[in-house]
Amino acid sequence: MVEVAAAKVGVTGKRRVYSVGRYGVALAALLMASAAGVMVGKARLDPGTVLAILLSRLPFTDFTPWWPASFEAILLEVRLPRIVMGGLAGAGLSVAGATYQGLFRNPLADPYLVGVAAGAGLGAALAMAMPLPPGLYSLGVVQLAAFLSALLTVGLVYSLARVGRSTPVTTLLLAGVAVGSLASAATSFVMYSQGDKIPVIYAWMLGGFNITGWQQVTLAAPPVVAAALVLSLLGGVANVLQLDEDQARSLGVNVELVKVVLIVCATLATAAAVARVGLIGFVGLVVPHAVRLLWGPDYRSVIPLSALLGAAFLVTADAAARLLPGPQEVPVGVVTAFCGAPFFLFLLRRQKRSVF
Amino acid sequence: MESSLSLDKIAFRFEDAPVLQGVSLELSPGSLLGLVGPNGSGKTTLLRLAAGLLKPTRGRVILDGEPMERMSRSEIARRLALLPQNPNLPPSFTAWEVVMMGRTPFLGFLSREGAADRAIVGRAMEMARCRHLAERRMEELSGGERQRVIMARALAQQPEVLLLDEPTTHMDLQHQIAVVELVAELVRGGLAALGVFHDLNLAACYCTRLAVLSQGRLVAVGTPEEVLTPELLSEVFQVELCLTSHPEGGMPAVLPPGPRGNGQARLSPREVADLPGIGPHPDPLPGGEGVVESPLPEGDGRGVCEMDGNPERGRLRCSVN
Repeated sequence: MVEVAAAKVGVTGKRRVYSVGRYGVALAALLMASAAGVMVGKARLDPGTVLAILLSRLPFTDFTPWWPASFEAILLEVRLPRIVMGGLAGAGLSVAGATYQGLFRNPLADPYLVGVAAGAGLGAALAMAMPLPPGLYSLGVVQLAAFLSALLTVGLVYSLARVGRSTPVTTLLLAGVAVGSLASAATSFVMYSQGDKIPVIYAWMLGGFNITGWQQVTLAAPPVVAAALVLSLLGGVANVLQLDEDQARSLGVNVELVKVVLIVCATLATAAAVARVGLIGFVGLVVPHAVRLLWGPDYRSVIPLSALLGAAFLVTADAAARLLPGPQEVPVGVVTAFCGAPFFLFLLRRQKRSVF
Repeated sequence: MESSLSLDKIAFRFEDAPVLQGVSLELSPGSLLGLVGPNGSGKTTLLRLAAGLLKPTRGRVILDGEPMERMSRSEIARRLALLPQNPNLPPSFTAWEVVMMGRTPFLGFLSREGAADRAIVGRAMEMARCRHLAERRMEELSGGERQRVIMARALAQQPEVLLLDEPTTHMDLQHQIAVVELVAELVRGGLAALGVFHDLNLAACYCTRLAVLSQGRLVAVGTPEEVLTPELLSEVFQVELCLTSHPEGGMPAVLPPGPRGNGQARLSPREVADLPGIGPHPDPLPGGEGVVESPLPEGDGRGVCEMDGNPERGRLRCSVN
């Protein structure tokens, strides 16, 4: 055994991965985004009223309502579920993006890489095109179909990419692209064979929070939160995967098992988000990079901070979408691309060293 | 002495092509075994098998008396470290962070390192002479500096067995010697090391034993003096080399054949003449006519020209009186 005894450690290259500050900043961003999201909209709610309505819901408080009853309904039944859903979707997509970027060692990886988006789209399109009884739609059959179809597609991609006892990431990526194109083609076919459903299906794909209620939130929350927690705990392993698979193995990592866990968690988080809010782009790609630029590449902090900042980002983007003038609400995906891309470019130019 | 690592009649096939056949090796604590052989002889494959990165088609690898196939990856990593040849290193990670990854098999589920881990990493970097690089990012380091960082990471694993795949590639001479001397020193302290070496002289100077691989088979194992004989070298490397001995240590030293060459790896004048761009023009000249410019030998300008070969691709030979 090599006797590498303890020596006095002076200056070190370690970054403060566990420092509280960065989590404080990210949480503050999320709180501010939520506050903005609560107040902005057709009915403007001022902070005092919002606070009073919330407090009046707590036991042992006694407020005489000075606000119209509709405000209470708007806040509790429309705005809050929408914000929580936005936060969950932003967190899920960003965590999945960070994970895939790490797993594929590729800065361009995004949550939709291994077929989640195409799978969810096909499932949703099929559910909307089929002549199902209307009651099922109000129960969320579209969301369920999208979720299950996304999981099935990723499962298919993974099993197709298996070579012997391992799953090389390049094969996984190529299988993801191939199966994704197949599913997209099938979606297009469904859309064109059911011409009258095209607007509905297309609107779903653009993404949005219009249909969100507490029921959808309670369905989406468990997979997203569980996946984000597990992925956050696997940050150290994700760091070692940045070397290459042989090095990770010789450092004691069970690479194939880790790959499965990472893919399952990232897929659950993405599918749960996409099934409810549609295909919102750019969040999962940009947020992890912003976190890396701000706080360094260590996945032990990249993953949890991506969850917080991703939630803040999507809640803000949704608030901005509600503020924009127009006959209809602008799809939130348009907003994420519009404000995400320039912000990303700014960060990219400010720091010329590689961030990945 | 009980051997730390033993390969028991290992065979390995890659897609039905045999890469290694019937290789048995014992590696005991306090020995540095050098693996030498020409390109494609299976050295790196053997090292990967020894590291448990590949599973042998036949035979088994035994680490510390325990068959490797029954051990988990982290059990292996706590005893055995591998210094890969061309490792991928994430550009934005610092050297410190990369060396800390050597502690991975010892960390718990949350991979939080403690003061003891930091102390070990610091010491490992000092031993590998890269302590001053701790805060530098991998993209800023030269090839030799990276190699030292990887060496430090292997030391941070506190291994009983160290496998090295050409540890001195990309290194300046002083760093080559520093790395090999560091390994030799650790070996004197009880480490068991197995290294692939391209440089036969470095291997002969520092290895306690050498193993020679040729076409997937082990053709010789023994001390450098026993193994590095003119017969074996010419058979394995297919070239005549000049074998002498180190003026100080007396161990074998291998030199290139010298300026006169040995006539082996030479092209015949005929072959040179047929090389594209050097030999005769590949296309026949149109109509059998053409101009060839060539300095004339000394003479009065009169002479004979004659044709040999076929009319299309023949040679025109001119001699001058």
